[in-house]
Amino acid sequence: MSDVTRLGVFKTYKLYVGGKFPRSESGRVYEVTDSKGKWLANAPLSSRKDARDAVVAARKAFGGWSGATAYNRGQILYRIAEMLEGRREQFVREVADAEGLSKSKAAAVVDAAIDRWVWYAGWTDKIGQVVGGANPVAGPFFNLSTPEPTGVVTVLAPQESSFLGLVSVIAPVIATGNTVVVIASEKSPLPALSLGEVLATSDLPGGVVNVLSGRTAEIAPSLAAHQDVNAIDLTGADEALAKELEIAAADNLKRVLRPQPGDFSEAPGTHRLTAFLETKTVWHPTGSLGASGSAY
Amino acid sequence: MPTTATAASAFADVTTSNSALRRFLHGLPGVDAVGLEARAASLGTRSIKTTAKAYAIDLAISMIDLTTLEGADTPGKVRALAAKAVNPDPTDRTTPTTAAVCVYPDMVATAKAVLNGTDVKVASVATAFPAGRAALPVKLADTRDAVAAGADEIDMVIDRGAFLAGHYLEVFEQIAAVKAECGDKARLKVIFETGELSTYDNIRRASWLGMMAGADFIKTSTGKVAVNATPANTLLMLEAVRDFRAQTGVQIGVKPAGGIRNTKEAIKFLVLVNETVGADWLDNHWFRFGASSLLNDLLMQRQKLATGRYSGPDYVTVD
Amino acid sequence: MTFEYAPAPESRSVVDIAPSYGLFIDGEFTEAADGKVFKTVSPSTEEVLAEVAQAGAEDVDRAVKAARRAFEKWSALPGSERAKYLFRIARIIQERSRELAVLETLDNGKPIKETRDADLPLVAAHFFYYAGWADKLDHAGYGADPRPLGVAGQVIPWNFPLLMLAWKIAPALATGNTVVLKPAETTPLSALFFADICRQAGLPKGVVNILPGYGETGAALVEHPDVNKVAFTGSTAVGKAIARQVAGTRKKVTLELGGKGANIVFDDAPIDQAVEGIVTGIFFNQGQVCCAGSRLLVQESIHDELLDSLKRRLSTLRLGDPLDKNTDIGAINSAEQLARITALTEQGEAEGAERWSPACELPTSGYWFAPTLFTNVTQAHTIARDEIFGPVLSVLTFRTPDEAVAKANNSQYGLSAGIWTEKGSRILAVANKLRAGVVWANTFNKFDPTSPFGGYKESGFGREGGRHGLEAYLDV
Repeated sequence: MSDVTRLGVFKTYKLYVGGKFPRSESGRVYEVTDSKGKWLANAPLSSRKDARDAVVAARKAFGGWSGATAYNRGQILYRIAEMLEGRREQFVREVADAEGLSKSKAAAVVDAAIDRWVWYAGWTDKIGQVVGGANPVAGPFFNLSTPEPTGVVTVLAPQESSFLGLVSVIAPVIATGNTVVVIASEKSPLPALSLGEVLATSDLPGGVVNVLSGRTAEIAPSLAAHQDVNAIDLTGADEALAKELEIAAADNLKRVLRPQPGDFSEAPGTHRLTAFLETKTVWHPTGSLGASGSAY
Repeated sequence: MPTTATAASAFADVTTSNSALRRFLHGLPGVDAVGLEARAASLGTRSIKTTAKAYAIDLAISMIDLTTLEGADTPGKVRALAAKAVNPDPTDRTTPTTAAVCVYPDMVATAKAVLNGTDVKVASVATAFPAGRAALPVKLADTRDAVAAGADEIDMVIDRGAFLAGHYLEVFEQIAAVKAECGDKARLKVIFETGELSTYDNIRRASWLGMMAGADFIKTSTGKVAVNATPANTLLMLEAVRDFRAQTGVQIGVKPAGGIRNTKEAIKFLVLVNETVGADWLDNHWFRFGASSLLNDLLMQRQKLATGRYSGPDYVTVD
Repeated sequence: MTFEYAPAPESRSVVDIAPSYGLFIDGEFTEAADGKVFKTVSPSTEEVLAEVAQAGAEDVDRAVKAARRAFEKWSALPGSERAKYLFRIARIIQERSRELAVLETLDNGKPIKETRDADLPLVAAHFFYYAGWADKLDHAGYGADPRPLGVAGQVIPWNFPLLMLAWKIAPALATGNTVVLKPAETTPLSALFFADICRQAGLPKGVVNILPGYGETGAALVEHPDVNKVAFTGSTAVGKAIARQVAGTRKKVTLELGGKGANIVFDDAPIDQAVEGIVTGIFFNQGQVCCAGSRLLVQESIHDELLDSLKRRLSTLRLGDPLDKNTDIGAINSAEQLARITALTEQGEAEGAERWSPACELPTSGYWFAPTLFTNVTQAHTIARDEIFGPVLSVLTFRTPDEAVAKANNSQYGLSAGIWTEKGSRILAVANKLRAGVVWANTFNKFDPTSPFGGYKESGFGREGGRHGLEAYLDV
């Protein structure tokens, strides 16, 4: 038997929606190749109906996820980093294939992505203090502003940075309690689909992140127009598509994050955290201790 | 209009025990202090001019319980005050009389002698005014004396210590006992000393307690503590009498006392009455001011309206 | 005998309205390029107050160019110098507050009590607040030396003309932007008086430009390629149009739009204060308030009692001459708005809700609408879903806190909400679940320059007021 090489087992790449791994309801797939054109896998070619199902799953998950304690969300985001660390070799291989990187460069990208989860894991219970606070109103009122998640966010993941870019755009969105429907890099969706497998085993509730693969220009318009989506990150759209989607997004006044130049290997800052936060301000009378106005 | 007896019977079930009474009083809607004070302040911005001001000034004069409650009160002082109540402005006989004079029990007879045959009532404080710190028999005797001397109205103080200690039934029974002493000879005003009850929730509870126990009037203060009548505590008591009438059909009067010194303030209180309980209370049978220096300011303002000139202290009487 | 309040009108003589006004561009009042003018009337009498130049696209271009020229120097000024201009403006507003209050009441129709005690103090406070930020931007949490955006195109509504101007102009100038502002066509006067205040303050030419006009003027301003920032307060429909207009550009946008605020009253509420809060919530400024508490959600167990109290209270509201110091309810701002309120209330009746108004005599000239309650309203009624922007309250009931929150959130809007209960933990739990930008607990319709204001969902995005309000005008 020694002269027979063992035949490897291929993975069937599937979507990640509502904590489950469905194929596209359309039954369609498309060929994913590496940077040199070599076939890697068939990825699901998501339909608008898949996108619709993903929104339903994301909405269903929103109450629980946004209502979880910030500490709990931080624990789960850190758990994602732990799980990724354990599957590091797999992601290095997938990123190298997807982006045509050397193994060492791909390893640096994966490490950076793992560290990015750690960065955002630490933010979950700090952003509220940094961007919220008490407002000194001129009257007998307690007045507090707190950030709250916007809701269901559609993210067009960056087309080139298939993994670090992906992590960089979804981690800040869910860190604050939003739920996500992400359209993976069209050309290189495999790291994103594999990430779904990591998320599924990281205590992240099903539906918090939903990963779709397929043609961005086919799926995105229905998500941009979807009335139950609260915001859209257009990072993965080209100029023409971004404009079209921004116009569609106006129908229910989605918060729109336009594509911005930038390098995902740089320090991320907080703008992606704050882009999908609402500020809620609560007032309450304070009043005096007693009707007599006296103090003891 | 139903009598107070039916009001008392309407609450028979909640006055059977201290705990039942406590549950009732603590079940009344809470009061948000900022909201209450904001409403009172907002009504305080009403601009009362010309004919409305003339009406309000005369109404306010007619609602005054012209008061002297000093250790130094003498028969001469009380007689002069009573004479002023009947004839507040000697230069203008169209000026209304005040509602009453308010004195200590031992001065009732003196006041009564001057006021016999006029519409001006004699009100007497009682029940160990102002502290209320005496045994019930003493309080009842105090009341009995004043009524016997001819008092038309009794201004009793509640036992704030008992109230703050949560002994609501004790307070209730004392009021009822004093009411019994008044019989049908005198109307009973119950003073809460709101400045000592401190919270608005307490003032609302005390108001209901007093009304259920048979008060004809509820009154803010003795005038002897730091904080007396305020627009906010008076508004709150007006809301209480309004709600009490809605529930029982029984109308109860309100008397802010202490600290109301000028026309502008008095008119603010009348606006509170007008916009909280309405015309039914715009009468000295149902609303009073416990005051002394207020009268002269009202008289000066009245002269100003009549003549167009500002008046001065030399043109009103010092009594 | 009843206590009738004699008329107590505030004197009109404190304000001198000229027969005509121009556009304010580059520090000068000028006519419109095409010479167009329109009339602004007093909504309480339909008296013509003045003739005002109407800005066209050419004027917009001229104003934007002036603002662009002014931007270079203005943004380069030390923050401490910009601050002093804003402090000057705040002080002059305080000095002229009675004049401006009377003017605003004349042009808008709202009671003098409100312009005097709410609008004007808040306007001055807003300038005073943002003045202080101008030299402290490094410490505002937006990184070191945050940069202004450039020229801000600002379009404001007619419900709080001068206050909305303050909300727009104060943070824009503090952060180093220059502005072109379009006031609403029915209330241009206070913005034009503000132009005069800028002159008195010695504000450099072109830093503030005021362009009265209609919707087309606003659209031209939003569309102008050299505008870097668009700030709009107004209807959700126009807000959506603006969002489409700026799509694909680099213009930063903030939108403060409509609302259908739920005012939730629990059975343990401080009832008398809740009644006041309901009244303030829907009848402040004749209900022409985007954050109005226009849906009353009352716990079913106290519905009848609360409604009795509310009706009794509404019967004491004084409707009439807005200049009378005792007027609680003034005029509706325009014939057009009155028609909209009328149409929606007729629809409410047609859909089966029960209509009630206190006995209330309406003046014979001007635009008036009596305070109105609708009971037996359900979530399915148009009057429970559409913004009426008038003195009309829809009353709905709920049984449990869960249901209250579900109904409150069941709206495309998310601007404001109210909670009335004496139970602290319930306030916090409900406030936490409400999808609204401003939650008033045991109070309503309170505003402060330090307090961020703005909506969720279709009520718009971005915040005005407070540290948060700086972000809209910074390149961050």
